[in-house]
Amino acid sequence: MSARRQTHSCCDGYTRSQLLRSAAAEAGKGLPAIEPGMPEPAGTGLSRRRFLSQSAGLALAVYGASKIPLSAFETGIAQAAQGDKILVSVFFDGGIDALSVLAPVGDPRYQQLRPNLALPAGAGTAFAEDPNLQWHPAAAALATLHGEGKVSAFPAIGYDHPDQSHFTSRHYYEIGELQVGYRTGWLGRYLDAVGNDENPLQGLSLDGSLSPMIATADKPVAAIDSVDGYDLWSRVSDPIESEMFDSFARFGSLPSDSPGLSQVRRAASQTDKLRKDLAGVGEFSSPVSYPDTWFSHKLAGLAAYIAFGLPIRVVTLRAPGGYDTHADQAGDLEANLRETCEGILAFQRDLEARGLADRVLLEMWSEFGRRPEENGSLGTDHGAAGCAFVIGSKAKGEMVGEFPGLATLDQDDNLRVTSDFRGMYCSLLEQWLEFDAEAIIPGASGFARPTLVKP
Amino acid sequence: MAIPQHKPVTEKRKHGRRRRRHVWKDKHFRWVPDGQGDWRVQAYVYRHHHKPKRGHYRGPGKKPPRQAVAAAPAPVNSDPRPPGAFQGAFGHAQAVRLLQRAGFGPVAGQADQLASMGLVTAVQSLTRPSGAAVLHGPAPRDGNGNPLAPADAWGHDHLWWLDRMVRTDQPLVERMALVLHDWFATSNANVSKTQQMIDQSNLFRARCFGSFLDLFQAVTVDPAMLQWLNGNENDKWAPNENYAREMMELFSLGADRGAYSEDDIREQARSLTGWRNDWSGELGAYNFRFDPKRHDTGTKTVFGQTGNWSWEDACRLCVEHPLHLSFFVAKLWSYFIPVAPSTPVREGLESTYADSGWQIRPVLEEILMRPELYEGPPMVKPPVVQLASMLRALGRYVDTEAWSWLCEEAGQRLFWPPNVSGWDDNRWLDTSRMRARWNMVTYALEELSVDPWNDDYSTTETPEEALARALAGWGSPELRAEHRDELLDLGRRSESLIVASWQKGPYRALRQNALLQLIGVSPDVILQ
Repeated sequence: MSARRQTHSCCDGYTRSQLLRSAAAEAGKGLPAIEPGMPEPAGTGLSRRRFLSQSAGLALAVYGASKIPLSAFETGIAQAAQGDKILVSVFFDGGIDALSVLAPVGDPRYQQLRPNLALPAGAGTAFAEDPNLQWHPAAAALATLHGEGKVSAFPAIGYDHPDQSHFTSRHYYEIGELQVGYRTGWLGRYLDAVGNDENPLQGLSLDGSLSPMIATADKPVAAIDSVDGYDLWSRVSDPIESEMFDSFARFGSLPSDSPGLSQVRRAASQTDKLRKDLAGVGEFSSPVSYPDTWFSHKLAGLAAYIAFGLPIRVVTLRAPGGYDTHADQAGDLEANLRETCEGILAFQRDLEARGLADRVLLEMWSEFGRRPEENGSLGTDHGAAGCAFVIGSKAKGEMVGEFPGLATLDQDDNLRVTSDFRGMYCSLLEQWLEFDAEAIIPGASGFARPTLVKP
Repeated sequence: MAIPQHKPVTEKRKHGRRRRRHVWKDKHFRWVPDGQGDWRVQAYVYRHHHKPKRGHYRGPGKKPPRQAVAAAPAPVNSDPRPPGAFQGAFGHAQAVRLLQRAGFGPVAGQADQLASMGLVTAVQSLTRPSGAAVLHGPAPRDGNGNPLAPADAWGHDHLWWLDRMVRTDQPLVERMALVLHDWFATSNANVSKTQQMIDQSNLFRARCFGSFLDLFQAVTVDPAMLQWLNGNENDKWAPNENYAREMMELFSLGADRGAYSEDDIREQARSLTGWRNDWSGELGAYNFRFDPKRHDTGTKTVFGQTGNWSWEDACRLCVEHPLHLSFFVAKLWSYFIPVAPSTPVREGLESTYADSGWQIRPVLEEILMRPELYEGPPMVKPPVVQLASMLRALGRYVDTEAWSWLCEEAGQRLFWPPNVSGWDDNRWLDTSRMRARWNMVTYALEELSVDPWNDDYSTTETPEEALARALAGWGSPELRAEHRDELLDLGRRSESLIVASWQKGPYRALRQNALLQLIGVSPDVILQ
């Protein structure tokens, strides 16, 4: 990494003069050892944050093209100038209880099925599009956005013959098809169709591991653990460091003779590309204040990345906490739902403040809803229809599929489905990403397309 | 690039950023086994959290008593191999692969020792250990030099197990415990005490070669599992289906095979009713027991069989299910060999399993002798396996909490699998996890890396010598020819950058560090 960064740490065993010596060696091709009192090499006082918000030309002048790989940024800035749409997917892991998020307090069977867990009428904001439904108090931030016409709610989304396995049902949602064993996600296939061979940022998971949703067949995609930077540490400095990374990248591009080897190669080459693309990204500020949670911090970083002009197309992250609430549902759900919704509200306000709100749409989903009848552990077991939301300034803001009521349940005593998740995907592809869903979602022609995007 | 001394802030920012404290590092000395039963002095980097006094004690102290040489089974090598076993030569490379898949790679000299036994004896030396495991080498400690507190201190549970992987003389027991931790994946996230997780791992160690049915029943009522999948909250008045579903889907039968229906799950949940525990602020969940008053004594119909089934019956019915044999064989196989077995091979293993009365060891021994293991393609090491193998190859021991958060970032924090289906072996590598493995290598090389500015590095070392030195440091792993060529090329490119005479030593030292780093992140080290 750059010499400048070393000045910020105190424990690495490098002294300042050693550091300046190596910096000078890289900048000046073999200057003699720096003597005490010599000025720092040019550019070492300029933060990368400022570099990123300034023109690419300045960076060229300061660091030299060999040090900062500008090609990726140039591509990204060019793409951003065209106003590419961005889709952000937020996953409630474990099957969130739809009957708590949008509680059917007006349904006569609700109290009877949920003697301990039913939310009292009046506890949260009424849901304007269905008088029987009410937002969970912890989803107040979502209710605010809904009031502004920025939330399309699916109160009972799913598919026919629902599967109650977390892993099977989640897999269906991730691949956009009722099959097991697909290797690519529905957004991964989209990236395969429209993506760039050199841009791993086009599909970005913010949870430290790649979401199967954006698994591609051949286009590069990325996962990062933290929005605060992406450094590979070593005890090597330039000029040898650049040679080391060149060799690492070459490990990634040599031919493979087995799936295991090609997995390692792919990871090596994408890691090196991402390292170059994210060099220096790591300090950012936000125009609005976010709640002090890790989830919000990731969204704040994402908004900043988009504002930098990084070439991002689809993003996945998981809502904080787990939603598989077989026991003691009320407390866990409350805290996690609140953290999620408040983070999303701040993200939306951030995008609005930056003038980016028309470029970003957010989709929230879960693998299924939970059983209407509570179990004996103050929790709920796996169910069928769940809830989903499409959020953003460009969201149509109209409910999709009605709430089916609790009077008649399906054959497993679960909530009936009134909208299909693949219809939602088709609409997002066609209306938001402006790509033909037939090429991505098997059997796309058979699904009704709800209007999800404002004209 | 600077190497952080503490976990970079990730999850849980609620209490603000962690402050980076200054650490004073110097060289200390300790006794480590020399592999021949005696001890040698090893230098290591000691991190002082307070400024050390000049001339303070830096070891190594009194030499420990000579150890009895680990009782190595006498080399037999008559080696009559059973039908279906690998028939090729069982040499160094094959022994390395066996130790990687059925353990955590070789320590110095171990592969040749194993190769001298021949295939059958080598496999049996792993699958039929006698007595309790012995841990060789210095006991683990945290970054302050203190003994571990696995049940109490953050990350020490992970270090405790990692240390066993590094030092045990029964590597397959630890590897199988890891397999079963993934198979019956339980997370500390929903378990009240870390000690219960450690107890569960000991259950895996004790039962990893025996009857699967016994193991299954023991896991079903294990306190950590009872909490994790709500078995302790499942009573006849309001059954909780969580365990009933996962025991079929993930532990014994598999999803999407038509093995069971939603009705089977609901009935099975009734069979499992009755387990409970007490709670206290001090002890958490304790006193786990079966309470007949909470058990549903009515008849239940599971897989078409009707009876007044108990929790023991619930496990037995799963294991007796005709689809269990193929589930068990395919799942166990997948941990050791990346390509699915052919139908005849799988059926042969199913017969072995059925004929033995659901014993794990005979199936395992057959798998570990199969030609697919020695001739087939490589597989990606799980992160903790890569780390333990690196420490064994480098002769390092557990002495920092960094291994806990680095493994977490690499996607495998022990006792914290992502969910009840365990870790996904097809998704060990992406840009985030590859970065974590890179940084893991950086930490592992702390003692082996050289100081480029010390002015004492060779000014004449050739690329070939540089690579030989780096490989020797790593315990001489086998590199693919194209990787070797690339590293030699890096050696030459580095030399061509030397234009001033002061650069001769420092650039060579940087090159040495670069080579050490690249070997650690090469496919040769990441794959097993």
